[in-house]
Amino acid sequence: MNRVSVAMDSKPENISFARVVVAGFIAPLDPSVDEVSDIKTAVSEAITNAIIHGYPQGENNNTQGTVRLSLTTSECRTITIQVADDGVGIADIDTAREPLFTTKAELERSGLGFTVMESFMDSVTVDSTPGQGTTITLAKTLASPE
Amino acid sequence: MGIQINIAGNALIAKPDSEIDHHSAERMRGQIDTAFDNSSCRHIILDFSGVRFMDSSGIGMIIGRYKNAEKRGGRLALAGMSDDMGRIFHISGLAKIITRTATVEEAKEDFNAGRGSI
Ligand SMILES: Nc1ncnc2c1ncn2[C@@H]1O[C@H](COP(=O)(O)OP(=O)(O)O)[C@@H](O)[C@H]1O
Ligand SMILES: [Mg+2]
Repeated sequence: MNRVSVAMDSKPENISFARVVVAGFIAPLDPSVDEVSDIKTAVSEAITNAIIHGYPQGENNNTQGTVRLSLTTSECRTITIQVADDGVGIADIDTAREPLFTTKAELERSGLGFTVMESFMDSVTVDSTPGQGTTITLAKTLASPE
Repeated sequence: MGIQINIAGNALIAKPDSEIDHHSAERMRGQIDTAFDNSSCRHIILDFSGVRFMDSSGIGMIIGRYKNAEKRGGRLALAGMSDDMGRIFHISGLAKIITRTATVEEAKEDFNAGRGSI
């Protein structure tokens, strides 16, 4: 059992920082190279979404908020990751999760963030309230170490 | 940290040397597009041999450059992408439309053999 929480400003440069945090957090469990890569990629997607969709930039680039990253491990090697923002929220979660759906094509978003999270993690849960924010919960159980 | 850009005949070769996420992809696409606009190249080769991480922002970056090459009647090839990144590439469905080669040299040969010559 272990827990770590980090709160960060919604700045794009914090996306790589979040990956470093999660990689460091799971390292003591001796995950495989693929497991580390899967988890880092899924966290990168969730943090990116919180930053660019949760707190969309206004005309004068002034919309800022806090993104919270919470990490937990259990005795049975399950990693649970929560990424929460207090941003705009998602009105239609089912549509948002569809492959290739994006509301930010002008930023060259591919609409594959949720698809990637679902492919690389065991479970992806979305809780969102328009005007209040979004919490993504990602979970993955690591294989037994070799 | 950044991107190396070279021109070989009709192809612009861009080699990112960092992780590709939303933050770095925005800078990379600006640099690639400026170089492409200022050149008379038709094809784009993305040399991924130095890329150790990419999320779906990389897919968006690849699609955008693919479209730019297409606008000039050219093609886009991906060279040296590791198997690790190949997984996200397959999830995206891009494998069906974009040529993946082991090396930049192979990508050039592929352009020469295919529709557009270098
Ligand atoms: N944290 C969030 N806050 C508000 N909207 C979100 C959030 N995460 C995702 N979305 C919405 O879901 C859509 C799909 O997300 P995703 O699959 O990651 O694709 P992309 O990021 O490429 O647009 C986004 O375009 C956005 O409209
Ligand atoms: Mg996304």
